[in-house]
Amino acid sequence: MSDSLLATVFVAILGGALRVSTPFMFVALGECLTEKSGRVNLGLEGTLVMGAMSAYAVSYHSGSPWLGVLAAGCAGAALGSIHGFVCKLPRVNDIAFGIAMMLLGTGLAFFFGKAYIQPTAPRLDSISLGAWTGNAKLTSALQIHPLLLIGIVVAIIMYWAFANTRWGLLVRMSGDSAASARAMGVSVDLVRFLATAAGGFLAGVGGAFLSLYYPGSWNQGLSSGQGLMAVALVIFARWNPLRCVAAAFLFGATGAIGPALQSVGVTQGYYFFNAAPYILTLLIMVGSAGSKNASRDAPGELSITK
Amino acid sequence: MSDFRISRRGFVHGASALGAAGLLGSTSNRALAAGVTIGIVYVGPRDDFGWNQAHSMAIKALKALPGIKAVEEENVAETDACAKAMESMVNLDGANIVLGTSFGYFTPFMVDLAKKYPKVEFRHAAPLWDASKHPKNLGSYFGYLNQAHYVDGVAAGLSTKSNKLGFVAAKPISSVLSNINSFLLGARKVNPNATVQVIFTGDWSLPVREAEATNALVDAGCDVITCHVDGPKVVIETAEKRGVKTCGHNASQAPLAPKGFITGAEYKWETIYKIYADKLAKGEPLPNMLAGGYDTDMVMNTPFGAGATEEARKAGAAAIADLKAKKPIYTGMLKDNKGKLVIDKSYDNYDPYLDQMNYLLEGVVGSIT
Repeated sequence: MSDSLLATVFVAILGGALRVSTPFMFVALGECLTEKSGRVNLGLEGTLVMGAMSAYAVSYHSGSPWLGVLAAGCAGAALGSIHGFVCKLPRVNDIAFGIAMMLLGTGLAFFFGKAYIQPTAPRLDSISLGAWTGNAKLTSALQIHPLLLIGIVVAIIMYWAFANTRWGLLVRMSGDSAASARAMGVSVDLVRFLATAAGGFLAGVGGAFLSLYYPGSWNQGLSSGQGLMAVALVIFARWNPLRCVAAAFLFGATGAIGPALQSVGVTQGYYFFNAAPYILTLLIMVGSAGSKNASRDAPGELSITK
Repeated sequence: MSDFRISRRGFVHGASALGAAGLLGSTSNRALAAGVTIGIVYVGPRDDFGWNQAHSMAIKALKALPGIKAVEEENVAETDACAKAMESMVNLDGANIVLGTSFGYFTPFMVDLAKKYPKVEFRHAAPLWDASKHPKNLGSYFGYLNQAHYVDGVAAGLSTKSNKLGFVAAKPISSVLSNINSFLLGARKVNPNATVQVIFTGDWSLPVREAEATNALVDAGCDVITCHVDGPKVVIETAEKRGVKTCGHNASQAPLAPKGFITGAEYKWETIYKIYADKLAKGEPLPNMLAGGYDTDMVMNTPFGAGATEEARKAGAAAIADLKAKKPIYTGMLKDNKGKLVIDKSYDNYDPYLDQMNYLLEGVVGSIT
């Protein structure tokens, strides 16, 4: 492979990372917040799809894509609230209920989204960061969307807040030791309810990115499992918001390898390259699972680790 | 089907409507008025800008004819669900014919249903019916869409500036490969320097990867993009956003690309469904295998859009005329892109040899493994 081809692949991977990673990032951050409080919400795949549909529908009717983003967040928060409310009832298994919520979310989105497959809604605009390079490929790769930046900012705030604020402490305490939290007079159920609703909000916003920016249309196959993958990324990122961002970027970048290599004529073995994100994730998981830190990072109250 | 009773009013109504439309022979008109119920099952939404929409447009056109009732069900999975949907169409709606439009509906579901309901006709949209294995009231129909992709290629070959055409494909199966190769041959016919670059996404509906593939092709210098995936919406819209031209697939995507749309390969299921409805109404046996291309009016091209140059329109129209006159697309000698001779003579457009296609022709950048 010559240098220019290598450069093309590199630019394509960079572009892919910037384009594809945002929904993963938002869902992963949402799940990170929820899991930090001691609850698992597997329903975020449904929330993502519901968010995508609501964003598209609201953008279509109101003419304002940003209103669509807000609507997606609210739809996500609503689904998150249902999960948060039901899971605090006695003897409810959050994993099982999360799967039910996933089916509910996708089902509702398909039902209400029927009317929005055909119409074209106003989409979100991007910011061009690459114009200074004077290189068409770089310019197009560096088209990024404000939501990506917002996602990074949210991650930094979450990281800081977990470590330095009373709210962050409450969330962590509810997640690590519900008994201590109760001893301090904290309503663990309320904390978890709020964390699940807020997590749903973030996942819904991730959905808005899918339908209003990239790939930028509403159809029923839109998510194809990205929400589920993002939930897995949280474990991979060991419940650290900053690592969630890194994991989302890594996942987006490796996902771009397949198409990028085929576009420069490396056409053999595309099934393998298309599987690259999953293979890489598995390898890193295997590599890091042995370390003592991995189990220490997991919130103690999670039903999957308890 | 012996108890058709036709009122004079119904006859006149049907005859005049159809006669005016000039769609069917006059003998068929009176029977159509007597009523045929068509049941059709889709695997996805009816308005997906793709495969399902192409079928649903045909049904919509059919419904407008007198005496034809259609019952539709969408989003039916390739599981027991499709058998239930079809059975209820037979029992509750009295369907005379049930059309299954997704590959996985055939075995075992439609085969079993055809055995269970011998008086109802079942037809499936893929060439799977086998006279030695399957009941006589079951059958297959399909269109040779590669002929329309050939016309796409001709128009694309004259609309490109970089001579690099891009193709986003789902899976390397023979019908997809045939569309890619025909697209190339069309482009090469008018523009010997044209190449087609293929990216396989690996599955029928992966919107994010389809968008990525489209971006990668544009980054590699392709200025016309087409595709063979279930719902081409994402590919066409992404390409339009990047400012390149597009050719469609399955149904009309013209509204999605007001600036760059050239033309698109579309099925014309309407022709096939009308033949079924007509024969059913007359009580004639239905053909078990019904397939064709331009010469039997079973495929078509979307009307040319803003992306098509004047030359492209002319050459595209000429190519359509050639195909209607059954002029072959695959004429030797042609090598595959690994250098092996694969087309050693002129093959008829319906030659079974071409159905076995498992190669990409020289001029296609891509690999099937």
